Amino acid sequence: MSGAAEQLHSAKDVAAGRANVPHTSMFVRMLVRAAVLRRGRAASALFAMVVAAAVATAMLNLYVDVQAKLRREFRNYGANIIVVGKDSASLPANALTQVETVVAGHGVVAPFALVVARAGDGQPIVVAGTDFDRVRQLDRWWSVSSWPSAPQQALVGVRALSVVSPKKQPFDLEFQGHTIHLTAAGTVQTGAAEDSRVYLSLADFVAWTGVQPSTIEVAANGSPEEIAAIMNQLQQAIPAADVRPVRQIMEGEARVLGKTRATLLAAAALIILTAALCVLSTLMGWVFDRRRDFAIMKALGASDGLLNGFFAAEAAALGAMGAVIGFVLGIGIAAWIGRANFHAPVVPRFGVLPFVLAGSMVVTLLSAILPISLLRRVQPAVILRGE
Amino acid sequence: MFVRLVYESFRRQKRRKLLAGAAITLGVTVATAMIAVATDIGDKMNRELRTIGANLLITPQEDTLDVEIGGVNLKPPSDGAFLNEADLPKIKGTFWHNNITGFAPVLPVNVTLERDGKTENLTLLGTYFAKQISFGKEEFTTGVRSTHPWWKVSGMWPGDSSQDVLLGERLAARLSAKTGDALTLSGRSLHVSGILSTGGAEDDEVVGPIALAQEILGKPGAVRRVYVSALTKPEDALGRRDPKSMSGPVYDRWYCSPYPQSIAFQLQEAIPHSHAEQIRQVAQNEGAVLTRIEGLIFLVTLAALFASALAVSAAMATAIFERRAEVGLMKALGAGRFAVASIFFAEATLLALLGGLVGFAAGGMLAQQIGRSIFNSAITIPPVLLPVILAIAVIVTFAGSAAAIRKAVGLDPVFALRGEL
Repeated sequence: MSGAAEQLHSAKDVAAGRANVPHTSMFVRMLVRAAVLRRGRAASALFAMVVAAAVATAMLNLYVDVQAKLRREFRNYGANIIVVGKDSASLPANALTQVETVVAGHGVVAPFALVVARAGDGQPIVVAGTDFDRVRQLDRWWSVSSWPSAPQQALVGVRALSVVSPKKQPFDLEFQGHTIHLTAAGTVQTGAAEDSRVYLSLADFVAWTGVQPSTIEVAANGSPEEIAAIMNQLQQAIPAADVRPVRQIMEGEARVLGKTRATLLAAAALIILTAALCVLSTLMGWVFDRRRDFAIMKALGASDGLLNGFFAAEAAALGAMGAVIGFVLGIGIAAWIGRANFHAPVVPRFGVLPFVLAGSMVVTLLSAILPISLLRRVQPAVILRGE
Repeated sequence: MFVRLVYESFRRQKRRKLLAGAAITLGVTVATAMIAVATDIGDKMNRELRTIGANLLITPQEDTLDVEIGGVNLKPPSDGAFLNEADLPKIKGTFWHNNITGFAPVLPVNVTLERDGKTENLTLLGTYFAKQISFGKEEFTTGVRSTHPWWKVSGMWPGDSSQDVLLGERLAARLSAKTGDALTLSGRSLHVSGILSTGGAEDDEVVGPIALAQEILGKPGAVRRVYVSALTKPEDALGRRDPKSMSGPVYDRWYCSPYPQSIAFQLQEAIPHSHAEQIRQVAQNEGAVLTRIEGLIFLVTLAALFASALAVSAAMATAIFERRAEVGLMKALGAGRFAVASIFFAEATLLALLGGLVGFAAGGMLAQQIGRSIFNSAITIPPVLLPVILAIAVIVTFAGSAAAIRKAVGLDPVFALRGEL
């Protein structure tokens, strides 16, 4: 290290600085010089503070955001609210628009109309009319070979295919004397009831059967309270309908979310505790290291209050600086974790800043005051003699 | 002399050694607990996700199409093929039987309700509630109570060999029936043991023991389909491949991984004339959610490891920095750089091993505590983790001390002894 040369250089700087700014308060000057002259140790203390603040910010940000992120994953399970006509009657014609108005961008809505029709050989088969664009967004787990794009095209369940169109030929379906001529655009496989059905576009379906949708499936985003509010509004908007929650989805979601958050909270607590202790030990070492400064100040007649104030101000400045830099860094880390794991950045929560700032101050002040109170009991002469 | 130096250093500087040791212990505790939680979180969350319901479905191979609207089956009940109830315990004989947390057979039958001189057609769903089944020497309990945990009953769950039934809540409201009433269904007088609420089609049905449904249908041992709840691994490229196109070793790897597909394949092998398939809504999304949570906890564990490594290095650096005078004395007495460094490294190793052992034990207990308070089941730590943790502790302690030791051995003994620098 070229410490000696640097110190010489900085000594000149000090002299120059003193000549130019004669009225700088001694207190401020001591603070600044303390940090500048012992760059290495000050930097390592600041580094520890920055890392601790960054980790704390990232963990708190994740903790706040993880619920929203996981809720989005759970919306892939499809509908969590089902609107059906009372006593399996059709819904009023304007029901879909009303549901859309209530949900208004906070989810996906898809209508379904169902009848039992007869295939060519007279076998009963369930035929559903729906809006393919909406279903694609709502039921992402459907494994579809190719979606219908033109009128008179149908999406045929894998099990239904062998009944209606085993050789992929065009087929007829009959409902109450009306016949519709269809071609199979693709197959759908879900492992559930959909496999035994034939899906048409709602326009074709209504033109053929005259039956209006009887079920509207809604995948609504939000917390349990928001979803309950949406259900309430839906019930009021369409009194002729039964609005039901899909309970297994809601309960599973609540459980998994709760447990994930609890695990994350435990992890965050452990990490923040470790980081705080890291800061504590580094800073205590730093302050302890400067016991000679302390002793000289005391020997020169500094009061206890001034000494406490000096070290506290130093710690507070370090804490605040570390917290701000760490906060920016932590937001970056959280955003990166969001991108890497959830493919969506974690939104910065500036509400976390006061907590990180206050926490940093408390930890740094604590780590300054502990060694000072130990040193205060010792005579300055003893310290200066290096014992 | 070397051993004595290290020994005396520990004996005489108890407080400092305790501080550094405490930092290492804490770091290792946090690291152990987080690694244990991260390795077990997949399994724990998998079990939580089973609340969403069965992820596999077994149906008869030659079945006719389901004609089902809104949960009401319009297919004539005697139509189509059935599975044999006697084959079901074989589910527990498959390779992945430990991953199968439960199964429930169902058999819907049409019944007529006679009430106040009027008759009404209803669906009676026969199933297992919590049936005792034995396969070989193994005894286990299975039924809708474990596979459909969102079913809520006010009253009592019926016994699996009783003549008791549950009434769906909407049906009960329509009939204004309540727990304890007697119903006449298809000529049988049945006792209502509770009101069932599921939020689904069962709210309009009567649910009873499967033996009762078989008796009404006149087909003993008949089962329409079986819902299986299994712990699965998120499917990847290998999981999606068709087993018929695989070569020997790849096929073995596929067969021995708990993909939804391979478990379904094994169920199909175990039960004659059956077709097993994943319920994509449950199985596919489960994989996505699990991958996300595991990824999150993995990243958080990395952060925890990083923070504890930093805490250990900081503590070691401070501890060594405080001993400059000692280094100066040693060097003044003629110790070389190597001798000084080896003493510090020996001390660091000893501290790391001691701290690592205590930290491992404490981390194990912490993980157990986390497991019990969050998941109501213990998180156990594989003992193989101990050497890994100790190795990490030694490496981190070394890395943390390295910079400080280098600085210490580079000191000029005169300055160090005078307490300057």
